[in-house]
Amino acid sequence: MKKIEAVIRPTKLEELKKVLNDMGVRGLTVYNVMGRGLQQEIKHYYRGQEVSIDLFAKVKVEIICPDHWQESIVNGIIATCQTGAIGDGKIFIYPVEEVIRISTGESGNAAL
Amino acid sequence: MRPLFIAVGWAVLFILLIPEAALAAAEPAALDTGNTAFILICSALVMLMTPGLAMFYGGMVRSKNVLSILMQCLAVMALVSVQWVLLGYTLSFGPDHSLLIGGLDFLGLKGVGMEPLAGSAGIPQAAFAGFQLMFAMITAALISGAVAERMRFSAFVVFTILWTTLVYDPLAHWVWGGGWMARLGIMDFAGGTVVHISSGVSGLVAALVLGKRLGKDQETIRPHHLPMTMLGAGLLWFGWFGFNAGSALAADGVAAQAFLVTNLCAAAGIFSWVGAEWLHHGKPTLFGAASGAIAGLVCITPAAGFVSPMAAVIMGFLVGPICYLAVSKVKDQFGYDDSLDAFGIHGIGGTLGALLTGVFASRSVNPAGFDGLLAGNPEQFMLQVLGVVATYLFAGLVTYLILTVIGRFTELRVTAAEEEFGLDQSLHGEDAYVDTDLSGISQAS
Repeated sequence: MKKIEAVIRPTKLEELKKVLNDMGVRGLTVYNVMGRGLQQEIKHYYRGQEVSIDLFAKVKVEIICPDHWQESIVNGIIATCQTGAIGDGKIFIYPVEEVIRISTGESGNAAL
Repeated sequence: MRPLFIAVGWAVLFILLIPEAALAAAEPAALDTGNTAFILICSALVMLMTPGLAMFYGGMVRSKNVLSILMQCLAVMALVSVQWVLLGYTLSFGPDHSLLIGGLDFLGLKGVGMEPLAGSAGIPQAAFAGFQLMFAMITAALISGAVAERMRFSAFVVFTILWTTLVYDPLAHWVWGGGWMARLGIMDFAGGTVVHISSGVSGLVAALVLGKRLGKDQETIRPHHLPMTMLGAGLLWFGWFGFNAGSALAADGVAAQAFLVTNLCAAAGIFSWVGAEWLHHGKPTLFGAASGAIAGLVCITPAAGFVSPMAAVIMGFLVGPICYLAVSKVKDQFGYDDSLDAFGIHGIGGTLGALLTGVFASRSVNPAGFDGLLAGNPEQFMLQVLGVVATYLFAGLVTYLILTVIGRFTELRVTAAEEEFGLDQSLHGEDAYVDTDLSGISQAS
C-alpha cells in the first residue's frame, strides 16, 4: 500500500475530489496548510509598514491506496491540478506498512 | 524661536487690552427647544465615537489582545463619566480662576440643571455638560491606541483618572472654558488641540515610557481584523458630525457649515492617503483608506466652523500624505512603538489642523471667528502655533509626570509572559474567538 500526499492549490480541491471519486477513490484526508516552494515572496504594506508573505495557503490531500492504484491516482492529480505555473504544488509518495479499520478490525487492502 | 516670542508678546498684549466687561456672563437666554434637541442628539452621536474607536483600534491589534483594547475603551467611558460629574465638569467649565482652571462651584454637578446656560443659544446647562462629557470620554480613550497590547489594565485605570483630571480638564478650560487660550483668541472649533493633539502627544509619551511591544523589532505586527477597523471608521465618521456640527452649540448655519466640511475633509483624506501609498507601494489598501478618513476628520476638527468647503478639501489633501509619512517612515526613524498610531494620526493630524485653521479661517464663513493668514491676518497663525506648542509641552510633561508617579507604586507594563500569552487571557481571563483558537483551549486547560 502507498500513501500519496499531494500539496495543491486550494481552488483545485473540489475538482480533484470529483476526479478521485470517479476513479473509485473515496477515502481521503484534507488539511489546510501553509508552505512554499519556488514561489517568490510577496510584499504587503500595512500603513506603509512592510510585511513579507513567504508562506502561501495550500491544501494537502492524503490518500492511502493499493500499490497498483498509485499511477492512475498520480496521473489524475497531475491532470486536474496542473496549470503549468509555479505554485501548482508537489506530490509525495510513501510506503504504508499497515492499515486497520477501527470499526471492524479488518486490515490490509480490505480496510481501504 | 523668534516667531514664538512675537506670539507670546501678542498674547500678553491681548490679555491686557481685553476689557473685563466683555467677559462678563451674558443675560440668561430663554430655553430653545430646537437647539436643545440638536445638542442632545449630537451628544449621543459623540458618545458612539468611543465604541466606534474601540472597533477601529480592535481590528488593528492581534487576536489575543482585541478584548483588552475594547475593555480599555469601555472602561474609559465609565471612568470619565463618573469623574466628569464629580470633578471634571467644574474644573473645565466652572468660573475661571487666573485663566488657568475652573472653580469648584459645580462640584458634583451642583446647580447644573434645566436652566439655560448663560451666554448659550438657549440650551440647558445639563445638555452642555453632557455634550462636553462625551468629548472628555473619547479623548482619554484615544490614548489607549498608543499603549495597546502591553499596558496593565490597573495602571491604565489609574492613568485615565489622573490624565483626564490633570491634562484634559485644564486644556478644555483653557480653550472652551474661558481660559488663557480662549482669551488670546486661539481658535479650536471642536478640539484639534484639546482632543487630538493632547491625546496624541500624551500617547507618544506613554508609548516611550512603556517601551516597545515584544517582537516589534523582529516582525511587523499586523492587524487581525480589518473589517472591524472599517466598521469603527464608519462609526467614528458618523459620530464626528455630532462632534463638529454640535460644537456650534446651536442648530444654525455654522453647524451646517461644520457638518459639510467635516464630510469633505474625511473624503479628501481618503483620496490623499490612498494616493500616497498607491504611488509609494503600488497598491491602494482598505487600511489606508480608513486611516485617511480618520486623519481627514482629525484635521478638520479645529477648523470645522471657521473654514470654507474648498479649504476643507485642501486640508484633506494635505493631511493624508503627511500622516502617512508619519506612520510609515518617521515612526521607524525614531523607533518608538505607538502601537496604533495615536500620535501619528491624532497628534500629527491635529497639529496640521490647528495650524491650517490659522491659515484658512475666514470671518466670511463665521463672523464670530477670526480671519486667518490667507484673509490677511498672520497674527492668527502665530497664535495657532502658540496654542500647538503650549499643548505639546503641557500634555507631554504632565503625562510623563503622571506615569512616573504611577510607576513608583505599580508596574505600568504586563510581564513578558503575560504579553506573549495575550492580554485577553492574562488580564481579563477571556478569549475573543474561542471556536477558532485551538491554542487558547489547550493553554487554558
